[in-house]
Amino acid sequence: MLKRCKFIVHYVSKFNVFEQVRYASQILPQFSAEKYNVKRKNFSNVQAADVSYFQSILGNDRVLTDRDEVLPFNIDWIRNCRGQSQVVLKPKTTQEVSEILAYCNKKRLAVCPQGGNTGLVGGSVPVYDEIVINLMLMDKIITLDEISGALVCEAGCVLENLDNYVRGHNLIMPLDLGAKGSCQIGGNVSTNAGGLRLLRYGNLHGSVLGLEAVKADGTVIDCLRSLKKDNTGYHLKHLFIGSEGTLGIVTKVAIHCPVLPKAATLGFFGIKNFENILELYKSAKSSLGEILSAFEMADNLAITQTVKNLNLPNPISDYPFYALVETHGSNEVHDGEKLSNFLNKEMESGLIMDGTVTSDPAKMQTIWNLRESIAASSLVGGYVFKYDVSIPQKHYYDIVPMLKQRLGDKASAVFGYGHIGDGNIHINISVPQYTKEVVSLIEPFIFEEVSKLKGSISAEHGIGFRKPQFIHYSKEPSALGLMRDLKQLMDPNGILNPYKVLPETN
Amino acid sequence: MSRVLVGVKRVIDYAVKIRVKPDKSGVVTDGVKHSMNPFDEIAVEEAVRMKEKKLASEVIAVTCGPTQAQETLRTALAMGADRAIHVEVAGAEYETLQPLHVAKILAKLSQDEKADIVIVGKQAIDDDSNQTAQMTAALLDWPQAVFASKVEKTDSGLTVTREIDGGLEVIKTKLPAVLSADLRLNEPRYATLPNIMKAKKKPLKKVAAKDLGVDLSPRIKVVSVEDPPVRQGGSILPDVDTLVAKLKEGGHV
Ligand SMILES: Cc1cc2nc3c(=O)[nH]c(=O)nc-3n(C[C@H](O)[C@H](O)[C@H](O)COP(=O)(O)OP(=O)(O)OC[C@H]3O[C@@H](n4cnc5c(N)ncnc54)[C@H](O)[C@@H]3O)c2cc1C
Ligand SMILES: Cc1cc2nc3c(=O)[nH]c(=O)nc-3n(C[C@H](O)[C@H](O)[C@H](O)COP(=O)(O)OP(=O)(O)OC[C@H]3O[C@@H](n4cnc5c(N)ncnc54)[C@H](O)[C@@H]3O)c2cc1C
Repeated sequence: MLKRCKFIVHYVSKFNVFEQVRYASQILPQFSAEKYNVKRKNFSNVQAADVSYFQSILGNDRVLTDRDEVLPFNIDWIRNCRGQSQVVLKPKTTQEVSEILAYCNKKRLAVCPQGGNTGLVGGSVPVYDEIVINLMLMDKIITLDEISGALVCEAGCVLENLDNYVRGHNLIMPLDLGAKGSCQIGGNVSTNAGGLRLLRYGNLHGSVLGLEAVKADGTVIDCLRSLKKDNTGYHLKHLFIGSEGTLGIVTKVAIHCPVLPKAATLGFFGIKNFENILELYKSAKSSLGEILSAFEMADNLAITQTVKNLNLPNPISDYPFYALVETHGSNEVHDGEKLSNFLNKEMESGLIMDGTVTSDPAKMQTIWNLRESIAASSLVGGYVFKYDVSIPQKHYYDIVPMLKQRLGDKASAVFGYGHIGDGNIHINISVPQYTKEVVSLIEPFIFEEVSKLKGSISAEHGIGFRKPQFIHYSKEPSALGLMRDLKQLMDPNGILNPYKVLPETN
Repeated sequence: MSRVLVGVKRVIDYAVKIRVKPDKSGVVTDGVKHSMNPFDEIAVEEAVRMKEKKLASEVIAVTCGPTQAQETLRTALAMGADRAIHVEVAGAEYETLQPLHVAKILAKLSQDEKADIVIVGKQAIDDDSNQTAQMTAALLDWPQAVFASKVEKTDSGLTVTREIDGGLEVIKTKLPAVLSADLRLNEPRYATLPNIMKAKKKPLKKVAAKDLGVDLSPRIKVVSVEDPPVRQGGSILPDVDTLVAKLKEGGHV
């Protein structure tokens, strides 16, 4: 009987949204090359001799060539992009990665580095026949220094596994995101993933202490120090953080893990309008100060659609906006006092219309699960355009009503949610069907508007395959020029993740 | 209208990973997050709904445990219970507190408070005893309707749908009666902020077990608490023939 209870409880709190959504649509996406009209670059084609060579390094089991086996590695998480790769390699060591790259570089064979394949901009799957190098078997934890909190591990470790591991030592991973059950630390580093607690623990340029990466020619670059301070020359690790597999393959990571908070509390509130969200954020920053660990918002449709499509419970009733406020601290009593002052004040002021607050881990999980499932909810049925932009907080939400008006009944849903503390909003636009007409209504409009507001067209998901042609809305020509120079220096043959990040020059 | 007494227990939160003490005398509870037993939440929810439907006049939440158990009572109050009784049991006595003791306490309080209905969760997720409701009913000599998945008021009493092996059983019972809540009885609400605030001001009475005349000396001795056996890792087989061969080898087919 207990088993049944546990099962249901598990079902409610850790509903496997990924699987449900991934298999919701069995229809294969169109080839990216056709859909987006991309010309194949002048790389070699994979020959039988190449496969034999890879087998000589990895053995037969870690070289996939069977079409059905290779297929999932060709399709991205949102099933928007589909590559045509015929080979997937699964190295287990840095040495193997190095040998593979040295060979591919010499033979002019293009490769696509892949982690958990949860990236949202098509960067993690090939466009043509690039060889997929998936890091999933490089999943060993190397060391954990409990005094400094430095964790050293291989790039293929799944984020959630790392978090579970360090929690056993009273630490947590400095980042947390909805894809944690599948994404890998190497993928997180390569995309400079932000996530739910960036507000508190900062981004990966701060928490990654060191890393090891392999350059296109197979050279292993060892920057794997686990020191907080290391001002010896250029800070090369930053080149690999956020470069989305275009400058090298990350093979090991040293990362700083903060202390596991002794007390954690989560509130979920109904809010009247967006202005009040901003007011509440200001108030939370001053009342909760150093214990504030996350401040997220979602509009009504984001929550109601998630509740409906994924059949999740909504802890409170219908409100125009929702705010999710989390605290992490070291003393339950102190934190409770701060929180209850904050709540009393803002209930009275009316900024919080209604809500719930809990420090029961299971209930917190259920609420977080609702927030984290928003990304997946709109994948049920139809086609969804997803945007991830940063906008100065004052104008954070402006773009949602603008898009609603522009698209009218051509969109079945337009909603916004995100990490308001970081000025980062996710905008989902659901349409019954992908059509060129809808695309032309959204792009480049949305990027132009973001650019006018001095925002970033990609706050945390990166540029990948889907956004290089828009990168100029956020990067000046001088900066783009230096990016090209670096690419030329580090990967002169352009074999690492071609068609991604850097726009074509023509 | 009836008065409802609800038993709530403070247990290790079900999202927390359980660790067995090295000396195998129990599980680690120090510094571990606790919350209300999920089945008891369902029991509270049902009682509160009875009150909202005007079938009950008052909902009283009861817990037996150390001071921290008052948090669990506050949760019940925030969900809508009217008042709470904390039966103080701490230290060594709490460690050996068993369903019979709790049943005696609940039986005594039901009489003192003139309750017509006692609802508890069908089991607590820590010791999995599934005995409290039944023992309470026996001690009071009241009818019992356990594993309830639906409770309706009928003229002379209650019509209760019970989850039994392989199906559902519908029974009628007169009041007073003892009920235990099964998983599908309802989906417990989240306490809303105004109610959480109000709960802080609702009455919470403390009593000592011995003032209720209940003897807490243990009847059962825990010999050893052990981790479940570690699941063996799976392996991927190349084809169906190998699978069949393996199954035969293991004597499964
Ligand atoms: C439900 C959901 C929620 C998400 N939430 C967030 C969020 O809150 N914040 C956020 O920032 N992102 C979020 N993301 C997107 C995020 O970028 C990815 O989830 C994650 O960081 C990518 O890790 P991955 O291992 O899946 O990498 P992949 O998707 O496999 O790859 C991403 C990119 O990195 C490259 N790459 C991967 N591994 C390596 C490596 N070892 N070396 C070099 N290059 C590599 C790939 O070539 C690709 O360009 C979310 C995604 C999903 C599906
Ligand atoms: C009393 C004292 C205490 C200190 N404490 C600390 C400490 O706690 N932590 C710490 O990290 N350091 C400390 N330092 C050293 C520290 O590096 C400097 O104080 C400070 O960061 C340098 O700033 P500056 O403007 O004086 O640079 P300068 O000394 O003028 O230059 C330092 C270097 O930076 C270059 N540089 C300067 N400006 C520019 C520019 N605009 N563009 C490009 N290059 C430039 C110079 O060529 C030179 O190589 C301390 C120094 C002193 C004297």
